[in-house]
Amino acid sequence: MSDENESGGTEYLIRGARPLGGEPADILVRAGEIAAVGPRAAAEAGAPARTVQADGMIALPGLVDLHTHLREPGREDAETVASGCRSAAMGGFTAVHAMANTDPVADTAGVVEQVWRLGRDSGHCDVRPVGAVTRGLAGERLAELGAMADSVARVRVFSDDGMCVSDPLLMRRALEYVKAFDGVVAQHAQDPRLTQGAQMNEGEVSDRLGLAGWPAVAEEAVIARDCLLAEHVGSRLHVCHVSTKGSVEIIRWAKQRGCDVTAEVTPHHLLLTDDLVEGYDPIYKVNPPLRTAADVHALREGLADGTIDCVATDHAPHPIEAKETEWANAAMGMLGLETALSVVQHTMVDTGLLDWAAVADRMSAAPARIGRLTGHGRPLAAGEPANIALYDASAERVVDPAAMESKSTNSPYRGMRLPGRVTGTFLRGVPTVLDGKIQ
Amino acid sequence: MRHLLSTADLGHDEAVLILDTARELAQIGERSVKKLPTLRGRTVVNLFYEDSTRTRTSFELAAKRLSADVINFSAKGSSVAKGESLKDTALTLQAMGADGVVVRHGASGAAHRLAGWVDGSVVNAGDGTHEHPTQALLDAYTMRERTGRLAGLRVAIVGDVLHSRVARSNVLLLHTLGAEVTLVAPPTLVPVSVGTWPCQVSYDLDEVLPKSDVVMMLRVQAERMNEAFFPTAREYSRRYGLDRDRFALMGEDAIVMHPGPMVRGMEISAEVADSPRATVTRQVANGVSVRMAVLYLLLGGSEPAIGQR
Ligand SMILES: [Zn+2]
Repeated sequence: MSDENESGGTEYLIRGARPLGGEPADILVRAGEIAAVGPRAAAEAGAPARTVQADGMIALPGLVDLHTHLREPGREDAETVASGCRSAAMGGFTAVHAMANTDPVADTAGVVEQVWRLGRDSGHCDVRPVGAVTRGLAGERLAELGAMADSVARVRVFSDDGMCVSDPLLMRRALEYVKAFDGVVAQHAQDPRLTQGAQMNEGEVSDRLGLAGWPAVAEEAVIARDCLLAEHVGSRLHVCHVSTKGSVEIIRWAKQRGCDVTAEVTPHHLLLTDDLVEGYDPIYKVNPPLRTAADVHALREGLADGTIDCVATDHAPHPIEAKETEWANAAMGMLGLETALSVVQHTMVDTGLLDWAAVADRMSAAPARIGRLTGHGRPLAAGEPANIALYDASAERVVDPAAMESKSTNSPYRGMRLPGRVTGTFLRGVPTVLDGKIQ
Repeated sequence: MRHLLSTADLGHDEAVLILDTARELAQIGERSVKKLPTLRGRTVVNLFYEDSTRTRTSFELAAKRLSADVINFSAKGSSVAKGESLKDTALTLQAMGADGVVVRHGASGAAHRLAGWVDGSVVNAGDGTHEHPTQALLDAYTMRERTGRLAGLRVAIVGDVLHSRVARSNVLLLHTLGAEVTLVAPPTLVPVSVGTWPCQVSYDLDEVLPKSDVVMMLRVQAERMNEAFFPTAREYSRRYGLDRDRFALMGEDAIVMHPGPMVRGMEISAEVADSPRATVTRQVANGVSVRMAVLYLLLGGSEPAIGQR
């Protein structure tokens, strides 16, 4: 990739793309910003402007992910910030949040600054570290939330993701405390007692397979409690990876009451169901678990009507040996960055539930707003930062994890035919992906 | 049939074929020379991650009576205990040229995983809380032997259904064979979706006993009370244990089964366990015949097993 000075000088004229799926309009990118959109773009382009042919492609604001696991520091064999950022760029993302469950845990200013710097150095994607809510994710004492907020990483999202802040008093305090710096607590809603030893969604399939069940109520009860807590103390709450019909209903109810709650859904929970576990292949083992078709239906509806604010990948790389084992011993989690937009197209756009403008909201504007990111999730308009994803919705591909930029290959979509392909990604005017290739 | 992983994979005719084959093979056990040359040159590996001398010995005897070479690959003291993954073990067995792998493992689905990694036939000898197909087959065999039929037979399965691989395999197989199964347990010890299973459920043992031709008692671990599945072992026994008084509620010809090992005093009292209407030792004997049938049908011996004299 070219260095910043050089690229800052390169102009790009993106021709023929359809902003938010609308009428084709040229986009002129100059000095990190969108200089012009529409007929004036070509006219204003300088002689050395490089042309990017994007006829028929959908142009979206660069995607923003509230939920990834980049594994660094600690599990660089599964992913590094650099490889995760390349993977993000290939998925059309220009900003990702990196969860705190690293080793060491991102529970101090030092660790979040380290992750932030690794992201800046990668140049492929902005990385916003998520700070742990509690020290060591132990759920006992608050981490130094203010220090992380005040650090250069400017942490605004706090989460013990992977673990639930299950102590109601601690959750209340965390919700209150982060108000001082406009932070938000992102809760991994999972009652630990109700899910002891749990292996998959509790229902017909788990009962037949003899795998310990993970009841929907273990998620729903925590969400209901947290919504009431957030309402009581007047705080913002974000719910990670909503996976059940009941959760959607509770969040819809809470929003109607005026509770300041936002929620995310993963691509895999929009598409995959628990019957995939039948063959005991741990590629389908994930937390929260894959649920039923009725849940998938409710999640799609919730995302369509805005009850669920955004899509977040929960990109969770694992080395091969963590999945090539018996189910109970396998790690939980799936890759998501490089397939997210395709899965959203397949489940939400091709089904008529969302148009591309709404996709831009759910995958860029809304997550940027929740994470308090400036410079991302902005409209495709003159004067805005040139964070852009170009997407060929008419393409089709068979998913090949080996060809991905992620260091890991644990994609549940292996061999699956999915629509669409990201052909270009621009981060502040610099192409991180061009012609479908990492730059 | 390539593997035997679940009784759900067995159709009616297939299941009956196994039982009929087992009956023919049982006659060999009664001869002075107990061996058949059927599986000569074949290698059967017993891969046991859980201690179960009873099941391992039964499979070993079955394979040896069919003249197969048997390798016991116990998890203890082997590379397995030193952290070798199931996949690496599978590749080792593959390299050894195992024609059949009999696997017992604490994780549900382990046999399924193994079947994806080896070319030989995999027999599930119990995987976690999932299934134990040969136990169900020997149970069905014993029921047919004792009562003369399976269609319409009323079978009560009593105890910790939730954690029982024996119960899962039996419900599916007995349904396939036309029996009517009633599960009896405290509500905490049946799966939440049990209503979708092909059987009845009752919480009241006394009500079910007089209407049962077969009563199968499952092992119940007293430690379950620490997870609040029931208050105390004593209360469990009082409500769901098969003692002499309850035994008297059963029909005169009704039999008592137990997959073993029994917890005498917990789910079954000593006098019931030792009664002539208890089939426990018969089940053990039948286990060898049924496992011979399964190995024979899976590994397709070069010589006919049946009808040879
Ligand atoms: Zn999580």
